[in-house]
Amino acid sequence: MRVVVTGLGCVTPIGNTVPEFRDSMYAGRTGIAEFEPSFPGMVGATSGLRFKTSGKVRGFDPANNLTQRLASGVIISTDTSAQLGIIAARQAATESGLLQHHDPTAIAIVTGCACGGRTADEGVNRHLYVRDARVPPTAILRTMASSGASFIAIELGISGSVLNISTACASGTHAIGLAFQMVRAGISPAAIAGGYEAALTFGFLRAWDSMRVVSPTSCRPFSADRDGMTLGEGAAMLVLEPLDTALARGAHIYAEIVGFGMSADAHHITQPRAEGAALAMRRALEDTAQAGIVEPALRIGYINAHGTGTPTNDAVEAAAIHLALGELAPHIPVGATKSLTGHSIGAAGAIEALATVLSLDAGSLPHTAGITTVDSTLNLDILAGEARPMDPQRDLALSNSLAFGGLNAVLAFRRLIP
Amino acid sequence: MDDIESRIIELVAKSKNLPASDVKVDTTFDELQIDSLDKINLSFAVEEMFEIEIPDESLNSLKTVGDVVRGVEQLRGATPPDAAKS
Repeated sequence: MRVVVTGLGCVTPIGNTVPEFRDSMYAGRTGIAEFEPSFPGMVGATSGLRFKTSGKVRGFDPANNLTQRLASGVIISTDTSAQLGIIAARQAATESGLLQHHDPTAIAIVTGCACGGRTADEGVNRHLYVRDARVPPTAILRTMASSGASFIAIELGISGSVLNISTACASGTHAIGLAFQMVRAGISPAAIAGGYEAALTFGFLRAWDSMRVVSPTSCRPFSADRDGMTLGEGAAMLVLEPLDTALARGAHIYAEIVGFGMSADAHHITQPRAEGAALAMRRALEDTAQAGIVEPALRIGYINAHGTGTPTNDAVEAAAIHLALGELAPHIPVGATKSLTGHSIGAAGAIEALATVLSLDAGSLPHTAGITTVDSTLNLDILAGEARPMDPQRDLALSNSLAFGGLNAVLAFRRLIP
Repeated sequence: MDDIESRIIELVAKSKNLPASDVKVDTTFDELQIDSLDKINLSFAVEEMFEIEIPDESLNSLKTVGDVVRGVEQLRGATPPDAAKS
């Protein structure tokens, strides 16, 4: 069964709706900015952080903003991460008309969230440890990584297979990939899939600082002078359904999902290995070939890279692209969107799937913002400077997610030219 | 309206996003659509506000706003605020 994307939703540092996200993406308008230098409960005079920027969502106000409205009972029971996910899913479901055309008792919801309610957890524990404060009963609910999935089901009345996946920075991609497999296999008639994350707490930032992988300036993937990642937050959701039902009901089809590949490096908890990422890319292409697409590697016209902007990730990912695609690699346009959004961990793969799908829909590949000089040692065709039309002869795109712990997930999409 | 009553009414109203004028002392939790989770949250907020501890066995008997007001008055009468802090 062929599976297509018929609805999109997002709340991100570069836009709280899909049109805003699309406009910012093509304009290269980054959502990364300096954060406030002080944090609630901070004991020292300064934050002690060696970096000053993050990708924060702005203008999110579910208590007062009508388009983001959540009931007070939902707000009190959820962390920001789940709230972002609920709103993104609402947008996607509304736009697609999913609930009017598919049985809500069978629709699936598969989300990715790695950090759970970290903001809520840290807020509560800070008071507990410092002044022996009582812990509110909602703390349990707010710290559940799956609460976003649950509340999406509650809000939309969806009672099919509903679950959350936690695979660090690949969670969102794994979630969409699993949902794709479920719809393709006929296990679910349709699905809402994506990711949500909002973990930019003081403790989280300090922990990342200690890892020494965060940019003291701002994330700029594949730039010769790149100096690290920038943390972010956000949510993105996709509606997946069979091609035939989408066509029958006249839904707008953004793109087709044609393949999914997973692998584990089985090597090191932080050091990525090119062979692992390459294996996931090859598996995504093998899956694509199974769908009857002949020689899919020749048809790749875009790779939305994991592209964190750390010297190591980008070099290893480039090596993986060469390993997986051989002599084709230097000729495939490769870009990254984390210099716009920051790295939102469990939501990152979903936000990048959104970027990929929008790129295919528009037939236009966004440039990688922030690059000063392309790192020529990578020997890739890096999208830099300005957006580029997609080669009409090459209608496939890959979206890579390469997580800490060596968990790799790669989605393959196809542009459907009307 | 005494202080305890007005503070509890305000708390209940805020928890349900309602104007305080919609909440009376004889308003029932059913009327306000206060479910079991809302009740747990409300009890926690009341405990924090008045520095008291509502016994588990009393929770089920709370059916109206007035029940909460009377419960707080009793607990505060039995337990001086300074003692509750320690």
